[in-house]
Amino acid sequence: MPTIKLNKDVFEELIGKKLPLELLKDRISMLGTDLESIEGNEITVEVFPNRPDMLSEQGFARAFSSFMGIKTGLRKYHVKKSGEKLFVKNTPDYYPYAIAFIAKNIQLNEEKVRELIQLQEKIGVTMLRNRKKGGIGLYPLEKLQFPITFEGRNPDQIAFRPLEYPDVLPAREILQKHKKGKEYGHLMEKWSKYTIFVDHNGTIMSMPPIINSHVVGKIDEETENLFVECTGTDFNTINIALNIFAATLLDMGAEVLSIEVHHDRKTFDIPNLNSKSMTLDVSYANKILGLNLNEKRAIELLERMGYGCEKNKVLIPAYRADILHPIDLVEDIAIAYGYENFKEIIPNVATIGEEDPLETFLRKVREILIGFGLLECKNLHLSTKEILNDLMNLNEKIIPLQNALGEHNRLRNALLPCLIKNLAENQHQEYPQNLFEIGRIFSYGKSETGITEHESLSIVLCHEKTDFTEIRQILDGLMRELAIAFSVKEAEHPSYITGRVGEITIEQEKIGVIGEISPEVLARWEILTPLVALELDAEKLWKAVRR
Amino acid sequence: MDHRDLIAKLHPFERQVLPVLRNYQEISEIAQAAKVKDVEAMRAIQWLANKGILTIKIEKNKVIDLRENGKKYKEEGLPEKRFLQVISNEFKGLNIIVKKAKLNREEATACIGLLKQKKAIEIQKADDFLHIKITEQGKDLLKKGFPEENFLAKSFPFSLTEIEEKEKKVLEELQKRKEIIALEEKKKITIDLTDLGKKLASHDLRGEVINRLTTGMLKTGEWKNKIFRAYDVEVNVPAKFPGKKHFVNQAIEDIKKIWLEMGFKEMTGNYVHSAFWDLDALFVPQDHPAREMQDTYYLEGSAELPEKVLSEVKKVHETGEGTASSGWGYQYSHAEAAKILLRTHTTVLSAITLAALKREDLPAKFFVVGKVFRNETLDWKHLFEFYQVDGIVIDPDANLQHLKGYLTQFYKKMGYLKVRMRPGFFPYVEPGLEVDVFHPLRKEWVELGGAGIFRPEVTKPLLGFECPVLAWGQGMERIIAEYWKINDIRELNQNNVKQLREQKIWLK
Repeated sequence: MPTIKLNKDVFEELIGKKLPLELLKDRISMLGTDLESIEGNEITVEVFPNRPDMLSEQGFARAFSSFMGIKTGLRKYHVKKSGEKLFVKNTPDYYPYAIAFIAKNIQLNEEKVRELIQLQEKIGVTMLRNRKKGGIGLYPLEKLQFPITFEGRNPDQIAFRPLEYPDVLPAREILQKHKKGKEYGHLMEKWSKYTIFVDHNGTIMSMPPIINSHVVGKIDEETENLFVECTGTDFNTINIALNIFAATLLDMGAEVLSIEVHHDRKTFDIPNLNSKSMTLDVSYANKILGLNLNEKRAIELLERMGYGCEKNKVLIPAYRADILHPIDLVEDIAIAYGYENFKEIIPNVATIGEEDPLETFLRKVREILIGFGLLECKNLHLSTKEILNDLMNLNEKIIPLQNALGEHNRLRNALLPCLIKNLAENQHQEYPQNLFEIGRIFSYGKSETGITEHESLSIVLCHEKTDFTEIRQILDGLMRELAIAFSVKEAEHPSYITGRVGEITIEQEKIGVIGEISPEVLARWEILTPLVALELDAEKLWKAVRR
Repeated sequence: MDHRDLIAKLHPFERQVLPVLRNYQEISEIAQAAKVKDVEAMRAIQWLANKGILTIKIEKNKVIDLRENGKKYKEEGLPEKRFLQVISNEFKGLNIIVKKAKLNREEATACIGLLKQKKAIEIQKADDFLHIKITEQGKDLLKKGFPEENFLAKSFPFSLTEIEEKEKKVLEELQKRKEIIALEEKKKITIDLTDLGKKLASHDLRGEVINRLTTGMLKTGEWKNKIFRAYDVEVNVPAKFPGKKHFVNQAIEDIKKIWLEMGFKEMTGNYVHSAFWDLDALFVPQDHPAREMQDTYYLEGSAELPEKVLSEVKKVHETGEGTASSGWGYQYSHAEAAKILLRTHTTVLSAITLAALKREDLPAKFFVVGKVFRNETLDWKHLFEFYQVDGIVIDPDANLQHLKGYLTQFYKKMGYLKVRMRPGFFPYVEPGLEVDVFHPLRKEWVELGGAGIFRPEVTKPLLGFECPVLAWGQGMERIIAEYWKINDIRELNQNNVKQLREQKIWLK
């Protein structure tokens, strides 16, 4: 989740009130963000990804001052027309949209530049999914000549000096040499055309969503007027992203002027900060929340979350990205009401508790084995080819993971290798070491995913005097307890000593293997103590019990 | 006097050593006679001494012994004597004397000094050489014998206390000379039985007490006239360990029991699922960051999708159709939905359960405690698989206050008396909550899980009708690790036999 840093002085000025630290901490977390830390003048908060509008000091303060009842209701924002135009032409299907507006008379200082860059970055990471869905660009207005065009162009015909870089570079080299090009170039791997902003003079302003031009696309403390654009794959997303930016600049004291965007014979003024509306049935909110609010109280609570209300309609600020359904309004009512004020009620509803029958069965098997003095182990479900196959002298088909970050990149197909690994790692401990595990194993098979899962049971007995008889006694004992008729038939298995290994069968069906582990396998594991083992399909035991 | 109690408490070593003490006083002799090792004898003696059965006397003694030259002179005679024996009334050259007496230069020089002092020789210097002859006193000395030689003739070693007054001077002289006499301090331990000990030692210690009760004794009734050797019941014994459940399973079983007590039915299911069930069915947008490769484990292939539910889920993602939602407004991708993954949360089972539920099954409550997976490299605070508890309540009358009620009740049973809800965000619930409990020891709020009411975009396509579904999920490892004071989270699956054996049980 994204975190943002707030300057406490700026923040208090914005909400128009100084608050005691404890109250500030408490209220911030009850608004729906996580307070990470307050150190000196710096407040760090975590903003939930559904509230990108709170990713700036201005946005955060806007929401917070409403919540505190200092300034409630829908904010009125005024946008004048600039008369300037942006043409969106010949853009590729994979990156079609661009919109922009103008902001004037911003007294930028170091602090404000930091705030704007923070907002730009955080929105880029969250809403715009690390620039996959788009990017935001800021330019000093003075350096541009309108009208401006956003277009797709053959990369070989693009060259400009990217931000903070000494030379003019061709587009493809920007992706290879520039820091941001290297970071985000993969997004454009399959692009036949790159997208660029060009001004009336033909100056390339930027190549979204990668980098601005150093010549016309660099803002600093001297900048007074801004050109702000947002480009991307989804119109609705970039529109709200730009609305968030416009509202933030207006809260900073700037004057926002709209630009006429011409796209596919359609024309619209950007930004459009008019609220959207949604009908809310108060009884729906009451039902979900278990409250009994009247309309007046519900409106009051909505206003504390920055909404306006007009004739049964809730007016939703243009910068809110997360209102899809009336349930989202219900949540905001709940937040304004205060989660701490909800009662704890256990309703008088009769339902019958029930453990999964297989789980009950496995628990009983576990108890029988513990009665034999065995210690239960619990290994991870992910393992390695070396453990599952190589060290066991096996060559089984094991299911690989596509993208494991660590060395554990296979789904285990048996428990025995995991238990033997435990023995190999515990050789300095006292013997006998008699262990078992009941757990999930994976193999290819018929299912929705092509993978089947089974509960398996494995037992290992490891000490100087262990032998086949001892493990067979435990198998016999277990089967006796479960009243299952079974037999052990001579078999071959690469992990076991020939002539000392058998197949466990129930009604001719093979359910597992039992025997003495071969010294060759022990040598591979560097285990110096004899070891006998069994592994069987626990679900087949369960089936047999129910028969 | 009856000493049965005392005898009963004697250790086998004591029993073996005590009778021998009547005849032997020294440790090595005692050990040999009692057929035990020296250290065992010493331990038994110490215990017996503690019981007032014997006294241990330790004597420190200076002992005189011979060193290398001492031994040599004892055999070959003192050099000054040999010197004196080879000279006569006439002067002889030193070279000849030394050769005859088989002395070396150094010894010869010493002899000259010594004999001159005793006035046993006369010396003349001629042609730069020494010439020596014997005196009358010298002859006398040869006749009477050297007192030093008499001293060396004694039997060594012996105690300094045994030395006679007149020998003291001789000893002093010999000590001045090189490598003749050794004077060492030695410890001598002697054991004396006390009166009590003498009485006890006369008993037949072996016959009267029973060490181990046997079937034979029980058959014959032989035990009746005997007493049992009393053990030191306060002494430590070697450890013995029971077979037992893995400690994590102990905790899991208890947590499951809480939900069962509260009337919840257990859900179980696969670890491998399609992204459809794990994410899409829960209205997680198809471009959500959690779906990226670095967070989720993917497997090869593409899954079969359940046609009917798929079309409902697709509609709700695209346009919200069937609900009052606007949907995500994108084009739904079947390929994305068919991706195969390791479940990222147990909430996937809640989705599958909802899809199978009928209106007449309501109200219903379900829970699951199961493993979930996150693409991580294993280290001391990160696991790639961990336990999650999920619960759902499907009840047409359910509301947020009930959710708080169920959670408070659950955490109370887990030992956390105070529960707090804060706003939180999870894509599939609205309202969404973070659940904190007040930690009774740390005296602070601790975040334990997430909760909320499933969004209509989740419930409508799965159930086929709208109904509030309370839902929550919580990781377990933190509670489990804290209970056993485990800092390195890998220990939960390390299966260290020592830890499995020695760890206390889960009792919360």
